[in-house]
Amino acid sequence: MELRDTEAEAEFRSRLRAWIAENLPPQLVGLGTRTEPLEPLRSWSRSLSQAGYVGLTWPSEFGGGGGAYALDAIVLEELARAQAPQHLGAIGIGMAGPTIMAYGTDSQKRRFLPRILSADEIWCQGFSEPGAGSDLASVRTRSERRGDHVVVSGQKVWSSYAHLADWCILVTLGDPMAPRYHGLNYLLVDMHSPGVEVRPLRQMTGDADFNEIFFTDVQVPAANLLGAEGEGWQVAMTTLLHERATLGFALTGLLDAALHRLLQLAAEDPAAAEPWLADIAREWIQLQGLKLTAQRSLGQLGVTGMPGPEGSVIKLGWSESTQRLTKLARTLLGPEAVLDDGFWHYQQLRSRANSIEAGTSEILRNIVAERVLGLPRSR
Amino acid sequence: MDFRFTAEQQELREQARAFLDRRVPTADLARTVDSGDGWDVSSWGEIASLGWLGVSVEEADGGAGLSFLEEAILLEEFGRHLYPGPYLATIGMALPAVPGAQLGALVSGRMRWSTCMSDDAGLVANLQAVDRVVLEAGAELLVVEATGSPATSIDPSRRMGRLAPTVDREVLATGASARSLASAMRTRRLAALAAEAVGVAQQMLEWGLEHVREREQFGRKIGSYQAVSHPLVDSYVGIELARSLTYWAAWCISHDAVDRQRAAIAAYSAASEAAVFTCERVIQVHGGMGFIWESPLHRYYKRALWIQNFGGPARLHRAWLARDLIAGAAQTALETATPSDEGGSTP
Repeated sequence: MELRDTEAEAEFRSRLRAWIAENLPPQLVGLGTRTEPLEPLRSWSRSLSQAGYVGLTWPSEFGGGGGAYALDAIVLEELARAQAPQHLGAIGIGMAGPTIMAYGTDSQKRRFLPRILSADEIWCQGFSEPGAGSDLASVRTRSERRGDHVVVSGQKVWSSYAHLADWCILVTLGDPMAPRYHGLNYLLVDMHSPGVEVRPLRQMTGDADFNEIFFTDVQVPAANLLGAEGEGWQVAMTTLLHERATLGFALTGLLDAALHRLLQLAAEDPAAAEPWLADIAREWIQLQGLKLTAQRSLGQLGVTGMPGPEGSVIKLGWSESTQRLTKLARTLLGPEAVLDDGFWHYQQLRSRANSIEAGTSEILRNIVAERVLGLPRSR
Repeated sequence: MDFRFTAEQQELREQARAFLDRRVPTADLARTVDSGDGWDVSSWGEIASLGWLGVSVEEADGGAGLSFLEEAILLEEFGRHLYPGPYLATIGMALPAVPGAQLGALVSGRMRWSTCMSDDAGLVANLQAVDRVVLEAGAELLVVEATGSPATSIDPSRRMGRLAPTVDREVLATGASARSLASAMRTRRLAALAAEAVGVAQQMLEWGLEHVREREQFGRKIGSYQAVSHPLVDSYVGIELARSLTYWAAWCISHDAVDRQRAAIAAYSAASEAAVFTCERVIQVHGGMGFIWESPLHRYYKRALWIQNFGGPARLHRAWLARDLIAGAAQTALETATPSDEGGSTP
């Protein structure tokens, strides 16, 4: 066990820290997962890629760094420490890319992976539907094979980055007669194809970061099937495992930034903070516990190359901590809390989605109960 | 950064579990704990011959020259088995203050120790089972004979006593060196309690899971009901975070890292609460069976409650921690430059 950076890690960290200080535009600090202002965010994402800080653990043949998972963790920690915004290509980097690496043909890997890393192509995710949220296996968006194409029709929802995206990882129903979990397809869909329409959804924060996507007879080359026909469920599960695994460090990073602000708030008015000290420290403790647990599961990732279900534990603990922390900050604000301060009010509203997106807390508890604790299925 | 235990450390854990399964089986707990001395004194010699009393003691003093990290592994396993002997008292609490001349007797199992810090109100863990007590009195740390009267503990597997005033005392340290030693003892105690609490909680969770996998009501295994399974998941999450924090604290102590006090408080706060929460959830899912004397559940619950009280209220520790963090934040706000990297180990 060695809980300090190795010499190489420490050097990597300090180089990165200096690079961020020099390259992160102040107007982007604290934006989190927002997608405006778009152009500065785009160029920030590109410069991260060009500097080599994206895809550090990807094989070098696809433009990756071929490095250890620990480096990814350092990048996410340092970006969070600087309150840098999320890379616009986050879905490509964290979800589409690893899934293509696991299931893609050689030509799919060559076609897609380098452009994910270079930030030239932005990805979105087409999983959820109005009638298929937690119950992903009941998707109704159809894909029908016609010669060397599949034709896609249906509707997806809650799709972050879809309004910017060039490509979509899409789960569709290929064979309605197949037994549950066996009739699904996983497609890589060009968002610029005729018949794709994106409509933004305005959220309770007032922002419109995610969207509905409508597919009307969209022609997708059969070569863009990822995995075999009917194998879509397994491929999608790989995506979700990766989502929650790499998400761990990004999430604790966001929490770290919020906690930092909470401590500063408390430092500005120690008397107001006095009754809440034990509660403030609880969130610091929770954050350290989440970070360390993410590190502990990284050991597992290094051994097997596949994330374990620990990601669900971190996501669960993180969303609850973020929600508690925000309420705490609003308590410390006192009478000022009735005014929109541009940060905590946004956080208060945004954090409600934290226990819904990327697996609701209820579904995550089912996953942990069944796959980690070996309890009988609940349905 | 590498969070994995070495092969030797994993072997130590397996060795400890095998020994305790055989030597301190759950089935014998009631018989051992509820009568006589409250523990099997002969187990101490065996623990000594396994080398577990000298794990972090220098080789020159007869120890293995390892660290508190290995001791934390043992403390977790002793907690898991509710070992009623003075291992926590001797190794988890007193060891840093034991004078070099007496380390040989400690390592060989001839002399057992406990502590009485200024905020312990004269109460000593395992007073009747130990020979010497490290006593914090004003600005001094003293060694005194372990004499006094038994006091009824809320945890029968961890007997307590009230230390008798004594004139026969050896001064260990005074002034600044006493303060720094007492602070090291407090940090170590919190981390040791956290390790025990993780062991207690883990064993209880496993019993809870076994039960809800088998028990049927309304024609289904009760573990399939989310009202039953989700609280157990919350227990598991709490234990895993507490486990990470406990290993971090143990690592910080064994490396004398600047964050050791913060880490020990974090570990104790998380682990003591996770243990009590888990015990209460597991008793609940056992229904009436969870409430009977013959079940081992109440014994683990009593240990969790004891840990929660003996280490001091977690809320107070956290308030101290928050003041420390807020002072740090105020300091950072003053400095325009990036904060210095003093080799801290905050993850």
